[in-house]
Amino acid sequence: MAHDLHLRVWRGDGDGGDFVDYTVPVEEGEVVLDALHRLQATQAGDLAIRWNCKAGKCGSCSAEINGKPRLMCMTRLSIFEPGETITVNPMRTFPVIRDLVTDVSFNFEKAREVPSFAPPSDNVGGKFRMAQVDVDRSQEFRKCIECFLCQNTCHVIRDHEENKPAFAGPRFFIRYAELDMHPLDTHDRKLMAQEQEGLGLCNITKCCTEVCPENIRITDNAIIPMKERVVDSKYDPVLFLGSKIGMRKSDRSPVGPAAGRGVSPIKHPEKTAGGEVAAAVASEPGESALRKAALPAAGATGAAAGVGFLAWALRRRRTS
Amino acid sequence: MADHETHDYDVIVIGAGGSGLRAAIAAHEAGARTAVVTKSLLGKAHTVMAEGGIAASMGNVWPEDNWRVHFRDTMRGGKMLNNWRMAQLHAQEAPDRVWELEEWGALFDRTKDGKISQRDFGGHRYARLAHVGDRTGLEMIRTLQQHAVDLGIDVYMECTVTRLLKNGDAIAGTFGYWRETGSFIQLNAPAVIIATGGIGKSFKVTSNSWEYTGDGHALALSAGANLINMEFVQFHPTGMVWPLSVRGLLITESVRGEGGVLRNSEGKRFMFDYISDYFKAETADTEEEADRWYDDHINNRRPPELLPRDEVARAINSEIKAGRGSPHGGVYLDIATRRSAADIHKRLPSMYHQFKELADVDITTDPMEVAPTCHYVMGGIEVDPETQAATVSGLFAVGEASGGMHGSNRLGGNSLSDLLVFGKRAGEFAADYAAKLPSRQVATDADVNAAVTAALKPFETKGGENAYAVQSELQDVMFDLVGIIRNAEEMQRALEQIEKFKTRAAAVTVEGGRAYNPGWHVALDINNMLTVSEACARAALERKESRGGHTRDDYPATDPHWGTINLIVTQKGGKIAIEHKPLPQMPEDLAELFEESH
Repeated sequence: MAHDLHLRVWRGDGDGGDFVDYTVPVEEGEVVLDALHRLQATQAGDLAIRWNCKAGKCGSCSAEINGKPRLMCMTRLSIFEPGETITVNPMRTFPVIRDLVTDVSFNFEKAREVPSFAPPSDNVGGKFRMAQVDVDRSQEFRKCIECFLCQNTCHVIRDHEENKPAFAGPRFFIRYAELDMHPLDTHDRKLMAQEQEGLGLCNITKCCTEVCPENIRITDNAIIPMKERVVDSKYDPVLFLGSKIGMRKSDRSPVGPAAGRGVSPIKHPEKTAGGEVAAAVASEPGESALRKAALPAAGATGAAAGVGFLAWALRRRRTS
Repeated sequence: MADHETHDYDVIVIGAGGSGLRAAIAAHEAGARTAVVTKSLLGKAHTVMAEGGIAASMGNVWPEDNWRVHFRDTMRGGKMLNNWRMAQLHAQEAPDRVWELEEWGALFDRTKDGKISQRDFGGHRYARLAHVGDRTGLEMIRTLQQHAVDLGIDVYMECTVTRLLKNGDAIAGTFGYWRETGSFIQLNAPAVIIATGGIGKSFKVTSNSWEYTGDGHALALSAGANLINMEFVQFHPTGMVWPLSVRGLLITESVRGEGGVLRNSEGKRFMFDYISDYFKAETADTEEEADRWYDDHINNRRPPELLPRDEVARAINSEIKAGRGSPHGGVYLDIATRRSAADIHKRLPSMYHQFKELADVDITTDPMEVAPTCHYVMGGIEVDPETQAATVSGLFAVGEASGGMHGSNRLGGNSLSDLLVFGKRAGEFAADYAAKLPSRQVATDADVNAAVTAALKPFETKGGENAYAVQSELQDVMFDLVGIIRNAEEMQRALEQIEKFKTRAAAVTVEGGRAYNPGWHVALDINNMLTVSEACARAALERKESRGGHTRDDYPATDPHWGTINLIVTQKGGKIAIEHKPLPQMPEDLAELFEESH
């Protein structure tokens, strides 16, 4: 049934912004992204939204809707009360570029640190033999669409910019788990995950699992098993002794981060001398991908976004 | 001197989907300084929407399979209009490209003996598609993305190319803008690979994302390259029809590959009524034989639900027009009565998820409503079959942006393999071209300044036209008048409308600034959409027959004469023209494959 929807959309950039109220007609069966697109086409031509597939498969349109981290393309309007105002703000853990679009390059930098799959050298050219049951676990993690909602939700880095350098986040813990559970991988990344990627900082509140649109059981199937594997390899006295006297040799060789190989290949706009970027969002010279968060937190508006998230977080705790 | 940022490379790849990433990896490995430029974030390209699998005759399920069978299927699926050499290379090299992905970390579903599993798909004689549930494209793009990052290939994300730069007759680089800031960026390189995907966003009901605005096609055309086969647009038989919000969203062919069948409102499996003479010999004519085929491909013929996509799409269209459609204007696709809920969850997880979340339909208990949706353009930049070189020096094209490989209709699963096979080739030959070039030229300041002016024009224009409105009306016109069934009168009308849209597009006004402003992006993209729409409509008007993804009710027959002709689209002085070109003839040893009885 067609009706008029009240939307509150955060508009602004790295220097600040505010919620703006809109009314937009919507149809039966539509999702939040439909409403925002109609808004864009008819009332706010420059409204910045990041989206691609509109089918929950690419993970581009992540945002916070009434405080809950969600994909805008998979959030149907019918889940809200009739007449309810829908509030949309950008993901809070990443710096705002403009309106609902955030700078998620934190994740692309963390991805660089993961030492990639290392197949056995004698096993190439279509000779891989792996049972389905042995790849099932890793396949679950490869369902990840990199929407980064788990990263956005994780309280280790949400509002804790200082933890970002030492913490890869749930998206990459499932990547480490995927590789550790790959039947043919020859690298051992467990200690790296623990000591350099901050696996130990996770205290398994399962918020990441809760918001995963692919229903990946991040905490139960990836993070907890990885923590157990770390404990096994690090603290088990028999294994420790065995490794010291050469009794037990792991078939996997420990590796450190793949990063530190020079300048990031992920490029960003340069500030040019010509000053033609008058309307651009300025980034500080030399600022890295881990740019200081410019949260939509300026004053009361940020508080509104924060309260929404808090309300959602409390609700999920009561119901779980 | 330019006051925007500039960088120098050997090879620039425009597009970070399957073909672009594979090309970049190949160019990098060949020693070229390589950059990938993408409109979106890395890993979001339209390749993630590919669901079914990668066609490659590895013979893991049916040892009878080999490249010749795959080649034959591909040519027949394209109604013999394919560039035979591309189809041959594709069939020969696809298995190695799949195995290579596995070495880079892809985790395909397995057979009982631990090999890569292969599934049935329309038009393929044997189960041939390497897959991961129904999210194969995601697996492929993530694997290529992770490998490219591991190799340290430079990536310019959310960066749109608006013009190919030339010096004289040769390519000199690319010019474009950063979406984040709206600032300009010039990349100088003697070799540019276009891997920008298709044109499907020009059609109202489409499975394609916002990115599919035909950028590469239009960039190449304006740089002097040719397009080929632009009249052939694939309408995938099974798109969602309800809710309207998701109309056109793809339902993978794997549903039929896994045993799903099409029924009309009377409950009839109507595909048996639509078996053309062309495929009669290899298609089951009873439900019993069709159902036996899933377990025994040797002694039974393929179910008609697994005919090539053009055949199935036309059949569905006819049933709906005859009044035997479903309540929301589709037909029924039924997997619920054919496979157990557990099998459906395992084999078609994202289809289950998609219907549950977006349409409140449980596909393990209820049928899906489906209708054709614009999915793929067979046409693209004309390239050399071995090297993927376009007709302009230094320009290469690959994947959906290139043309020829699929003839008049692409078989499902042949796209992902196409991306890999020709991605690798394009990357290697582009690197080789750049390395052997005796000297390099950069674009002239005048050309760069012209690109700047063109990009900023929508901010200067005070015509008051809304870019989103023009885009939406163009989509209506193309879908209604140059869609699944065409005729001369409607296509003429479409061309007249396109002329009017051009005038309106020139009067588009943009509100706001340059930083991440989608209104500005659409205002620029619309020009590419108009160019490819006109190319498609003009070629379609010229081809006076029906073949594959080009069906005319004023010329319903397939004409052998037209089977020897490719239509070439050129742009001279801003005007689009169509030329006839003889189809390359395959050598006898390959031609013999089509004489044997099936």
